[in-house]
Amino acid sequence: MLDFVQQLVSGIALGCVYGLIALGFVLVYKATEVVNFAQGDLMMLGGFFAFTFIGMLGLNYWLGFAGAVIAMAAFGMLAERVVVRPILGYPQFSIIMATIGLGYFLRSVVGMIWGTDDFKIETPFSQGVLRIGSLVLAYDKLSVIAATVILCALLYLFFNRTTLGTAMRASSENMLAAYYMGIPVKRVVSIVWAISAAVATAAGVLLAPITFIHSNVGLVLGLKAFPAAVLGGFGSIPGAVVGGVLIGVIESMAGFYLPQGWKDVAPYIVLLVVLLLKPEGLFGVHMRKKV
Amino acid sequence: MRFLFKTDYEDDIRLFPHSGYVVSYGILLALLVIAPFVLSSYLVSQLVFVCIYATVGVGLLILTGFTGQASLGHAAFLAIGAYTAAYLQQYNVPFPVYFLAGGLLTGVVGALVGFPALRLTGIYLVIATISFAFIVEEVLARWESVTHGNEGMRVKTLSLLGQAVPQNGPTFYYLCLAVLILTIVGTLNLLRSPTGRAFVAIRDSETAARSMGINVSLYKVKSFAISAAITGFAGVLFAHKLSFISPEMFTLQLSIEFIIVILIGGTFSLHGAVLGAIFLVMIDPFLTYLKDDMPGIIAGVAAAFGASKAAASNIESNVAAFASANGLKGAIYGVIIVLFVLFEPLGLYGRWLKIKLFFQLFPLYKRATFKRQKIYVKSERNR
Amino acid sequence: MSYFRAENLSLHFGGLKAVDSVSFAVEKGEILSIIGPNGAGKSSIFNLISRIYPPTSGRIYFEDQDITEQPAYDIAGLGIARTFQNIELFENATMLSNLLVGRHRHSTTQLWQELLFLPSVRAGEKLHRRRVEQVIEFLDLEAYRDKLISGLPYGVRKVIELARALCSEPKLILLDEPSSGLNVEETDDMSFWIRDMKTELGITVLMVEHDMTLVNRVSDRVIALNYGRVLAMGSPSEVQRHPDVVAAYLGA
Repeated sequence: MLDFVQQLVSGIALGCVYGLIALGFVLVYKATEVVNFAQGDLMMLGGFFAFTFIGMLGLNYWLGFAGAVIAMAAFGMLAERVVVRPILGYPQFSIIMATIGLGYFLRSVVGMIWGTDDFKIETPFSQGVLRIGSLVLAYDKLSVIAATVILCALLYLFFNRTTLGTAMRASSENMLAAYYMGIPVKRVVSIVWAISAAVATAAGVLLAPITFIHSNVGLVLGLKAFPAAVLGGFGSIPGAVVGGVLIGVIESMAGFYLPQGWKDVAPYIVLLVVLLLKPEGLFGVHMRKKV
Repeated sequence: MRFLFKTDYEDDIRLFPHSGYVVSYGILLALLVIAPFVLSSYLVSQLVFVCIYATVGVGLLILTGFTGQASLGHAAFLAIGAYTAAYLQQYNVPFPVYFLAGGLLTGVVGALVGFPALRLTGIYLVIATISFAFIVEEVLARWESVTHGNEGMRVKTLSLLGQAVPQNGPTFYYLCLAVLILTIVGTLNLLRSPTGRAFVAIRDSETAARSMGINVSLYKVKSFAISAAITGFAGVLFAHKLSFISPEMFTLQLSIEFIIVILIGGTFSLHGAVLGAIFLVMIDPFLTYLKDDMPGIIAGVAAAFGASKAAASNIESNVAAFASANGLKGAIYGVIIVLFVLFEPLGLYGRWLKIKLFFQLFPLYKRATFKRQKIYVKSERNR
Repeated sequence: MSYFRAENLSLHFGGLKAVDSVSFAVEKGEILSIIGPNGAGKSSIFNLISRIYPPTSGRIYFEDQDITEQPAYDIAGLGIARTFQNIELFENATMLSNLLVGRHRHSTTQLWQELLFLPSVRAGEKLHRRRVEQVIEFLDLEAYRDKLISGLPYGVRKVIELARALCSEPKLILLDEPSSGLNVEETDDMSFWIRDMKTELGITVLMVEHDMTLVNRVSDRVIALNYGRVLAMGSPSEVQRHPDVVAAYLGA
């Protein structure tokens, strides 16, 4: 029983990381209907910025964290300006391929600049555990869960209650009409990318004690975050996190209870089954075109 | 500039609109046939890879370019074809049989994948194909009784009609070339017949396709099956070329490489698939060239501009270090993809058409002829 | 028994009754128009007939055959074709390709025959092309044969939409607002074509329309709808003078 809870918490923590990346996907998708395949790599780059500030320059953890978030937000806007804005009106497939290209590029450049080893950073959460009875829960995992919940709530409120959030949803539905209504679509898209990169950075820094900072981590995690976003339905912010947690828990349980090798495949099998039954994901909305 | 004056419906149906095409393709074919006798064996080997990648590219084109079903999982189909060949070969099944079996089995799997994919669109379909590819990769690694798991399988030399066809010889090259040409001709035939038009109709408007009498579900499954079968055939050849296959050769990276082939070549044309394959296969030799020859050349140029000896050799070693960097291939992939999407959306074939048009219309060519109209408007969620 | 019959058709979207127990019959060779204010359920009825939506209740009969359960792609094979209110043409293809797709229900070739492009396939292609050319001649579309749809103006696209429906050689054609977006001359042409479809081609026409001039000019009978229910049925002048219809359009 204790093992079960232990695995569950591990799974939830891992799932929260997937959820945060999936959140980044969904944010960009909600605003521009573009799927940013480089989201995981933005997370990785955020982790490297944090490593540079904290590990190499010796800054305080929180300062380094904040610095990395700000730096990545700026980088997100830069990436959007260079890669996405010129092709904003083009078919989805082209934009997806462009983000895949961006991902390749980021991975390789980071490998060339920082090298391909694993890096560590000192965090307030690395050591220390919470004890509840005979249950041992590591702080690093708990911090991830707490941060995810806070971020999810903030972003949900942002998208559904503020004007800017509504503007973002409008421009994803029909960009031309949004322009006519006076929505500064280009600026809106920039801001979304900045937020999305910032969220990814938060995920990357929180994850550092668990998986270390490594140039390929974006690819591996990004790939897992996809099923998370799809499971939750691609238009839903709470859905992304729920999907992520589900995937994390499934993976954790499969790794513990099932034989070797099922750990990596189980999430995908679950995903395919869900898509068969509910093609729009768990929280997705079924759209019909009026002809 | 030649003007084509059509006098018969036949003119619109036939493959070569006028004799000029026959001449140019004839010359191309002749050049390809004499290639093994004039080119180095390394280049012929690369040409074999071009043929295999181009075949997969054409298969992927049918599914993604013409029916609009995006697939990021074609490496799995290649794997199924390859492993079928390797497995049947152990039982001394003759080549023609396991070649057909590889393709047809993969086609059946493709049809099976097509069924659940019927209800999925857009990004959901992409993720589903990625998931499918992962699952196949795991199955190949776990099903050790059949596939020898992560150890991989050796593929014996092809033997056709009692003769051995080594993978480095000219005969194997001709075989791959023949498969590519047959695939292209078959696809062209498909496109000028009702099934091909049905595929394109499904891509552009499923509702209208249905009201024209097209059984959309059936045709989507057919498209998956054909695309998978072609990739399966290529997989058999792939297995022979590498003479050793293991699950980690068929990763998502490979699927993305196939997409790069049709993206760079031009997503709607068969010429594009071939051009894209050439481009992709050329990247490795290009990187080697960068590593070996470029530093010397750049240092030489710097010296010619009056740099001192020390500075020149400094430059040389810097460039060499840069070119040997581990991630350079990935970075180049990334940059190329982004550049092509941004500046050359029609791909290499599009660029070729523009060049041809430039010479045809000289001096009246206008760059805006090919300017792509941005379609800001429709959200693809409501297709 | 009538040529085409709808009995107590209903389509409910949750609490919204888009079509509420509508019954009507169409005689062979007649032109029947459906009129009504926006949102009356006219296009929904078309979508029910072409089986894009399944009806909540009711039955549809064509040539005394119950077609309520038929899948959407079989409807063309039965001889019913339709046009769409917001044009559903294939944007990236030439007009000729679009029209050739319209011939799909007449194609008899199998996949393996097409891959090899056997003479039977070639003969089939020529036959389809010949029929398409007849439709092109009927609607004066020769100038646009090889042009991509994405470059053509709206009025021309509407006519091509009609041409594509005619290419399937239908017995019954459903026209969804054929004159919307057309100017006066184009509407005139459209009215001549609709009459010609009846007299020369022997096609029965079921039409949703807002333009009363066109309705008066071509229709044999008219049905008026509002809020998914039939208000009146009869000759054009009868229906237009009916008090319920006047109230629906002008307010009670």
